[in-house]
Amino acid sequence: MSGRADWPAHTVLALGVLLFLVPVWLLLAGSTLDPAAISRGELSMVPDLRNLGVYGTVLTEGAPGVGPVWRMMLVSAGMALAIAFGKIAISILSAYAVTFFRFPLRMVAFWIIFITLMLPVEVRIIPTYSVMSDLHLINTFPGLTIPLIASATATLLFRQTFLAIPDELVEAARMDGAGPWRFLKDILIPVSAANLAALFVILFVYGWNQYLWPLLVATDPSLDTIVIGIVKMIGTETQTEWNKVMAAAVLALLPPILVVVLMQRWFVKGLTEGDK
Amino acid sequence: MATLVIENLRKSFGPVAVLHGVDLALASGEMLVIVGASGCGKSTLLRLVAGLDAPTSGRIVLDGRDVARLDPSARDIAMVFQNYALYPHMSVFDNMAYGLRIRGLAKPDIERRVHEAADILGLRPLLTRKPRQLSGGQRQRVAMGRAIVREPKLFLFDEPLSNLDATLRVQMRAEIRRLQRRMGVTSLYVTHDQVEAMTLGDRLLVLHQGVPVQLATPMEVFGRPANTYVAGFIGAPAMNFLPATLASQGTAARFADGTIQRFADGRRAGADGHKLTIGIRPEHVEFEPGGQNFQVDLVEPLGSETVLIGRLASGQLISVKVAGAGPRDETLMVSFPASAFHVFDGTTGLRIDPVVN
Repeated sequence: MSGRADWPAHTVLALGVLLFLVPVWLLLAGSTLDPAAISRGELSMVPDLRNLGVYGTVLTEGAPGVGPVWRMMLVSAGMALAIAFGKIAISILSAYAVTFFRFPLRMVAFWIIFITLMLPVEVRIIPTYSVMSDLHLINTFPGLTIPLIASATATLLFRQTFLAIPDELVEAARMDGAGPWRFLKDILIPVSAANLAALFVILFVYGWNQYLWPLLVATDPSLDTIVIGIVKMIGTETQTEWNKVMAAAVLALLPPILVVVLMQRWFVKGLTEGDK
Repeated sequence: MATLVIENLRKSFGPVAVLHGVDLALASGEMLVIVGASGCGKSTLLRLVAGLDAPTSGRIVLDGRDVARLDPSARDIAMVFQNYALYPHMSVFDNMAYGLRIRGLAKPDIERRVHEAADILGLRPLLTRKPRQLSGGQRQRVAMGRAIVREPKLFLFDEPLSNLDATLRVQMRAEIRRLQRRMGVTSLYVTHDQVEAMTLGDRLLVLHQGVPVQLATPMEVFGRPANTYVAGFIGAPAMNFLPATLASQGTAARFADGTIQRFADGRRAGADGHKLTIGIRPEHVEFEPGGQNFQVDLVEPLGSETVLIGRLASGQLISVKVAGAGPRDETLMVSFPASAFHVFDGTTGLRIDPVVN
């Protein structure tokens, strides 16, 4: 490297890192402190390593107002995975249809999908709830996940990926005798694997962080997600045990981090590698 | 090995007619090169034969069976694409084996065929590599290998060499020709490159704006071009065209500057004064004291030969090809030997042959 001074860049980066890390550190430190001290506002930056046992307690026993955290994390993981895989499956198929097949009203179908982008979950939440209620899906796992699976964003992303695939590749597969399903399975999905992985990460985090819909549709405590659980821990009637809330929050951070770290190589590739 | 017969094949995209009725008959094992400028319909013709597009009308008969309405996979045709179209996520082996797996061949058969093709093409050491780890020439070979392993009735080549650099192109050109001869598979080869057209084909089909203009052996197309388009398209640098009129009861041409030259090969039908275009190839122009003035604008030395581009006294732009380094003078005297004339109708551009007595 040249001897050029790049300390300004490093300073800005360090500040940015600090900005993101301090709250997480506060969480980590706070989770090991005495709940009474936190309530008094005496939040220390130094963790008390003797109290790490709170993580075990929270995981297996939970906190006042909620069940054990492992169970809520399981519900969250199930929901996030169902949403991510569901969205990917539905979007690949719909993008495949609008990109590679000629059928009547093809562009109309595409535009209808596209327009739903402008309607976020919150806008259509009451009709969605009513539909789920009619289908007797309130307080069920399908009710928790199915309405979140339809995705215009992912359809659009896949359509762009598919459009970038050279026509010759499609034609070569046709000459080789690959039918539509074979082409999808053998060529299209493997060729789009990087985009698929990137999308999986984004969708998993999206599913994991869902709050409003689970709050409405699942009142049964056995369907509490970790995000809902954390809110429930901050009780009004009982004394809130803030160290447990923070410990649960730290635990809630882990799966998304894990997914990002594990998929990072693919993730970056999928976002940056335009043509394959 | 199979024969291919194409009858009155037409293709229109909406109101735009791209192919205006093509008729062809290929003998078994023959290689036909389809040549023309971009947009002449040559790729469309190939895609119709491949089954990637549906013809508007006409028949495509492969080995006695009309395949014009069949799915590409049912036609037993393999195609080599311009950008190779290799499957990027598959190894070289899998790229070649894919079509065979779909056809449900047994594993040992697939392996035998792929290894045979790999040996022919020198791809043995590369079988486990991915396309992105290959050079352009190697990818080209894999694309050929994918076509060979299918053991099809017909090969289609869609400008397969145009993405390669010049040296490699010459090398692969020879390789394709050798391979096609050795395998004896009937082939259609589309190109815009006249050198490929001349060297590769048993016969040439020149397409111009969707109309087949000439179908003949390369030397015949070069020696007796059917019209001014073919004459100007085949041969480099392009043929010179001089306006003239028929004179002396059809036995001579009168040029714009008033000179009259007798045809070397006989009388042409038509009235005196009929408009002609006289074509003469740059290599046939001669230097001769007492000829026409030729003012040289540009000298293009090509090593073994030199191309001189300049103007005649009439302002007409012509090019002259000479062996070796060529003269350095800026003004030369040139003449056009009548024995090298190509006589075309001045209006329709069609070749006019001498009247047979």
